[in-house]
Amino acid sequence: MRVNLTVNGRPEAVDGVWEGESLLYVLRERVGLPGAKNACEQGECGSCTVYLDGVPVCACLVAAGQAEGREVRTVEGLADGDRLDPIQEAFVECGAVQCGFCTPGLLVQAHDLIERTGEPTDAEIREALAGNLCRCTGYEKILDAVRLAAARKARTS
Amino acid sequence: MDFLRPVTWAEALDAKASVPEAVPIQGGTDVMVEINFDVRRPVALLDLGRIAELGDWELAADGRLRVGAGVSYARIIAELGDRLPGLAQASRTVGSPQIRNRATVGGNLGAASPAGDSHPPLLAGDAVIEVASAARGTRMIPATDFYLGVKRSALEPDELIRAFWTPPATGPQYFSKVGTRNAMVIAVCSFALALHPAERRVGTGIGSAAPTPRRAPAAEEFLAAELDWAGAAALDAALLARFGELAAEAASPIDDVRGTAAYRRHAIAVMARRTLTWAWNDYRGKVAACA
Repeated sequence: MRVNLTVNGRPEAVDGVWEGESLLYVLRERVGLPGAKNACEQGECGSCTVYLDGVPVCACLVAAGQAEGREVRTVEGLADGDRLDPIQEAFVECGAVQCGFCTPGLLVQAHDLIERTGEPTDAEIREALAGNLCRCTGYEKILDAVRLAAARKARTS
Repeated sequence: MDFLRPVTWAEALDAKASVPEAVPIQGGTDVMVEINFDVRRPVALLDLGRIAELGDWELAADGRLRVGAGVSYARIIAELGDRLPGLAQASRTVGSPQIRNRATVGGNLGAASPAGDSHPPLLAGDAVIEVASAARGTRMIPATDFYLGVKRSALEPDELIRAFWTPPATGPQYFSKVGTRNAMVIAVCSFALALHPAERRVGTGIGSAAPTPRRAPAAEEFLAAELDWAGAAALDAALLARFGELAAEAASPIDDVRGTAAYRRHAIAVMARRTLTWAWNDYRGKVAACA
């Protein structure tokens, strides 16, 4: 079947989609955006987190046809051209990236948290990121990065 | 595989009538796992995500809340947490934020897993499930009659779940769940309690400790008769212990990868005592404030 959707502001018409296919597969294999990672395929790890109509979801659990006519924003759509989003800059500065596999999902999920809450408490950060697993267990640096990005946003807004 | 995309409720019922094997999909957090892992290859997916009314909730004329089958857990927490605190607490334990943004009570009911987090508070809160078919119209099924077996419900093949009805809380409600982590966890077992002080009645719900979610009627009756509703005296240890025992007796758990039957029985008793303590403390506070 054909699925029409907007990805990072660009309209896409994707043909030959299997009806049982996930949005994640469409993004990675058909649209050519490998940022969202394919790991657990059961919503356990958060590595495939993307925005669907502005709400963070596990792309592996969205049927491709459910994305028809909807807007998707992936990790590739966070930066403004060559300028990284503040959450991406904070991850780089804090060393919150080790193997990098969980990073795209964490960036989208943390981006949403910072957009929604001014300066999240540690408990709020932990709850917001509870569905994103880091196999390198680099959580302390990830928490540092979210705190840094949130503090910078609070100062500038 | 077909992908059916009704935009009205009537279209959805027609689609389900003509392809009864079609699997309804809402948030996808259960259905897509089965498809991704090749556990299930349905002839068709019936996407209910485009039917706007399923995402609405309202206070009905009879004073009950009618919550559409497509309202996400995130919205139940944000929009109904004050009126359905037990269900909202259970909702907070579902998966992760990403899962709660998509997953729905309707989907939990459709899957009818004994471990589904929404079932115990629905049972404790006297929920009624509204289902419908093109051929026979609407049926209202009390939650107590909805669950028939492991992942089996009273839903007929041509029916779809439209909403659940439940009165807003009139007293304290609590939910407790045992799992290996504080997130992304399927219940080892769970327990919900609702006090209905105006009627001096108690509701309970047991999760993941029997082939279906179920109430603990003997525990409810015992508590309704023994609680000091008028004076709101402190709970005595014997009453707490007996309530725990009766709740545990209502369970019929099995040994499986997540826990043993003996552990589950023990945990149900602990959670029953714990939720009662929380609820009674709230009730006493309220009675004291009104005195």
